[in-house]
Amino acid sequence: MKNKTVKSDGVIKRIISLVFPYRIHLIFSLVFAAAYVALSLFAPIISGRAVDAMVKKDDVDFNTVLSLVLIYSAVVIGASVCQWLMTHLTNIITYKTVLKLRKDLFYKITDLPVGYIDSHAHGDIISRVINDVEQLSDGLLMGFSQLFTGLLTIFATIGFMFSINIPIALVVVLFTPLSLFVASFIAKNTYSMFKKQSEIRGDMTSLIEESVGGAKTVNVFGMKDEMEKKIATTGEELRKCGVRALFFSSITNPATRFVNNAVYAAVGILGAFYAIEGAVSVGQLSSFLMYANQYTKPFNEISGVIAEFVGAKASAERIFAVLNEKPTESDISGEKTAQVGGEIEFSSVSFSYAPEKPLIENFDLAVPYGKMIAIVGPTGCGKTTLINLLLRFYDVRSGEIRLGGVPVKELDVDSLRSGFGMVLQETWLKNGTVAENIAYGRKNVSREQIVAAAVRAHADTFISSLENGYDTLINEDGDNLSQGQKQMLCISRVMLALPPMLILDEATSSIDTMTELRIRKAFDEMTEGRTSFVVAHRLSTITKADLVLVMKDGKIIERGTHKQLLEAGGFYRQLYESQFETE
Amino acid sequence: MIKLLRYLKNHRLESILGPLFKFLEACFELTVPVIMADMIDTGIRNKDTDHVLLCGFIVVFMGLLGFVCSITAQYFAAKASMAFGTELRNDLYRHIASFSSAELDRFGTSSLITRLGADVIQTQSGINLILRLLLRSPFIIIGAVAASFMINIRLALIFAVAVTVLSVTVWLIMKKLLPLYTGTRKNLDRITVKTRENLTGARVVRSFAAQDDEKSEFDVAANGLYASQILSGKISALLNPLSYSLINIAAAVLMWFGAFSVNAGDITQGQVIALLNYMTQILIALLALANLIVMITKSSSSASRINEVFAVSPSLADGTEELEGVDKIEFRNVSYKYPGASGLSVKNVSFSIEKGMTVGIVGSTGSGKSTVASLLLREADPTEGTVAINGRPVKEYTFSSLRKAFASVPQKASLFSGTVRENLLWRDKNASDEELFSALDTAMASDFIGKDLDRPVAKAGTNFSGGQRQRLTIARALVGRSDVLILDDSASALDYATDSALRRSIAALPDKKTVFIISQRIFAVKRADVILVLHEGKLAGAGTHDILLETCPVYAEICASQTSEVHNEK
Repeated sequence: MKNKTVKSDGVIKRIISLVFPYRIHLIFSLVFAAAYVALSLFAPIISGRAVDAMVKKDDVDFNTVLSLVLIYSAVVIGASVCQWLMTHLTNIITYKTVLKLRKDLFYKITDLPVGYIDSHAHGDIISRVINDVEQLSDGLLMGFSQLFTGLLTIFATIGFMFSINIPIALVVVLFTPLSLFVASFIAKNTYSMFKKQSEIRGDMTSLIEESVGGAKTVNVFGMKDEMEKKIATTGEELRKCGVRALFFSSITNPATRFVNNAVYAAVGILGAFYAIEGAVSVGQLSSFLMYANQYTKPFNEISGVIAEFVGAKASAERIFAVLNEKPTESDISGEKTAQVGGEIEFSSVSFSYAPEKPLIENFDLAVPYGKMIAIVGPTGCGKTTLINLLLRFYDVRSGEIRLGGVPVKELDVDSLRSGFGMVLQETWLKNGTVAENIAYGRKNVSREQIVAAAVRAHADTFISSLENGYDTLINEDGDNLSQGQKQMLCISRVMLALPPMLILDEATSSIDTMTELRIRKAFDEMTEGRTSFVVAHRLSTITKADLVLVMKDGKIIERGTHKQLLEAGGFYRQLYESQFETE
Repeated sequence: MIKLLRYLKNHRLESILGPLFKFLEACFELTVPVIMADMIDTGIRNKDTDHVLLCGFIVVFMGLLGFVCSITAQYFAAKASMAFGTELRNDLYRHIASFSSAELDRFGTSSLITRLGADVIQTQSGINLILRLLLRSPFIIIGAVAASFMINIRLALIFAVAVTVLSVTVWLIMKKLLPLYTGTRKNLDRITVKTRENLTGARVVRSFAAQDDEKSEFDVAANGLYASQILSGKISALLNPLSYSLINIAAAVLMWFGAFSVNAGDITQGQVIALLNYMTQILIALLALANLIVMITKSSSSASRINEVFAVSPSLADGTEELEGVDKIEFRNVSYKYPGASGLSVKNVSFSIEKGMTVGIVGSTGSGKSTVASLLLREADPTEGTVAINGRPVKEYTFSSLRKAFASVPQKASLFSGTVRENLLWRDKNASDEELFSALDTAMASDFIGKDLDRPVAKAGTNFSGGQRQRLTIARALVGRSDVLILDDSASALDYATDSALRRSIAALPDKKTVFIISQRIFAVKRADVILVLHEGKLAGAGTHDILLETCPVYAEICASQTSEVHNEK
């Protein structure tokens, strides 16, 4: 995904197609924008004329002033209404597009194969859904409306000014953009200071993470003073370079203000000379001064918008890269409904995550319904991979897996997967109450059923001792529960659904041996009459298996019952005994 | 935010000079319309080109003065706010470092990291904005009104009314808007949470075929965000047009009454233009102020998160006695309840340990093993009962002498970035290389470290495997003199053979330490002089392995769950 980007004209086309459903909104927003710009720029001309109508003592044309004042009021109110409508319409277009993009992204994520999610950093994907969409909406959509009004303002102002007096207009048009050069000059020269500041900030962040993350350790080792000193030293460095960066960058505003001030004075002097000659009126000079004051604003906005455009386009590319991913779960799904009570067969299955590192090769296995298969072996030997293949989280490179005689590729993935109950080493709970988590994926489950499942998983005791029992909220990181407790909730979840086939992948790894003993009884009940696959480090948990597969480097090197394998005295026996090699 | 202003105390001069120079800049800026008025009234009317030029140059000169004042103000503001941030961070860290486990757990590590990192920076830029800009807008507004009073009192009343109405309008909009922003933020957080859940739980979601449920839950969150964005967008879109039309209607009124004043000869044409300019300046200043308020609100929510941390004082006070040598450790009817927990995690536990003994502590998860360790180390004080060393309550000893006497290997092996040597020198900064090598030997860590004490350690020790990290933290605890060694489940990532070799080498250490071994593995504690069996927070038995097997059913059950097959096979 990182390298895969969409061609840039493609990006623009897609953004246009995103906005296309709101073209009516867009057209109206542009019309209102144009009306707003025209009206708001017309206002200084009216006020200028009004000023011209009040020359001096006893030389005031009240009729003209009155009509101009009324027109002025109407114009500014009209401008305000247009501005509000324009903003509101832009908001609708922007937020609707954002909504659609976020939904599309999320749907895509839920539909993408597990392999995609495994191989991409989660933080990066989240950032695309949150930050990149935000950046796109700020930069491209809001930016577009600012760009449009900005350009319109610039041209309209130039038009109005030239219609009054060409030389003065030239002064404004030519010299005001100077302030932009000043701004970019400062930005260029402060860049290195900011870079250094963000480097030191990075140091500070890791220092903070370390010292606060390890606060208990720091405490126990009495390292407080030393960490304090470290933070103070880095802080001092940060302060020194921060003052420089902050100060030099904050010169920008005063400096551009000063340039504007000079232009303003020049307009004043030139305008006054023309006024003395009678080429412009005092009121027109006043209009000029107002234009000169406001003229830089659209330039500043446009340069801001253009800077954001670059970022927004990059964000759009990152978003579309996800949306372009293929294939999805529905593409890999077959049509047939799984016959979950059948035999499971692996026939000459080969698979590897990376082509250059072969993992599973020519794997054969037949599991009659109702049997318990234990898979053991050292880390990285391919135990979990078998399960990934069985549930079609990944597809085999060659060979075939069949359930009830039907190749799993031809089965509807949802019906295949819902035939299995999984308890994995990595516990997953969602934001919500304990009860919601136990009843996950099922509708119309009564509280009694939930409690009964928890009781069978030996989770009821600890759940009842929680502050709100089954209604206790599990927070985002689930850090109000211990690892073992989380695992018990996952077990309860499977206990409730109780599908005909089970996968227990290191399911009890973080539970102590006594609790495990009890849960194992529950597992025994659960696996009775069901096909089950058990992956475990602790060999004592799988002595009851009908068949133990000993895997090493992706191959089954031994198979048999626990007893047979021990008697055979091979690798399994070695593994088994290493557990108890102690004194 | 106000509470934190105390960090500006040492920078009072800068904090006053910054706004002061801003004030001066505003003054210079406010003179411009008056000078332009004079240019029109005197220069143009009398066709006096010299006067026009003079006025023009005065305008430029005022601009220059304003520029100088402004960058002076920026300099002081930058200096004061950066110093503010630095001192705040140092103080906040000092405060956090004084927390015991209870306070640390209460906030959670990641939240404390955010407060000490991003929140401090956010507050610091808030202070910078306040010093630089907060006063500028009021100066301009008040100054513009004051200037209008100097031109003409009657017309200035229009200004007074306009500014009041405008301020109230802006205030009402902001008041409505700020809570809406918080709501939008919360909705966005929900979207983040849902996305993360569906990435981490991809397998579970798919195995329950719950994708459609997840999609509809996401839709609810996304639609909620849309609704709150549209609502806050509608209101925030009011700000600009409403203030624009208000100020310009005031300008229209000004023109109308201005016409009478001109006609009566009270003011000149140039002064009308000046007054109109002041109106525009007020509008710009007020809108800048509204923007500023949004930014300051962000900083002030950061500031209140920081204040929450300061509001919690560490629950453990330092003692006064120096602990020299540990001869006896006693738990007398000790109970402990975690803050916020519903029940006790350690209930009425009593035992007494003599110098040089090896003590095993076993029990299932949640039985209170680690709590006993943290009470020993005085990471927390018992809710009831007393932990005593040499007959005196542990509270009476200074933390520094306790830390010297107790060496501990925490459950989570935490290493800091730096070198192996730096990580080993924690307990004793002056330890010789020979001492470090012997600690590495004892901890079975020499095989992968060798003689390379300067081997770099990445953040959190990620360049070592779990087992290697554990052995390094054990080695770290063995450096420097100590009377008591606490191993809290610290061999969990080691294979059985290394684990037992490790325990043998610790037992063979020349100075006779008191050793606490906390473990789930019976084998790790089997040879201990005394084994404490914890069950649901209570002491279910104490004694040697053989005695406990006979007398303590809980212990026998744990043994059975781990060893039955071994006995059968052997």
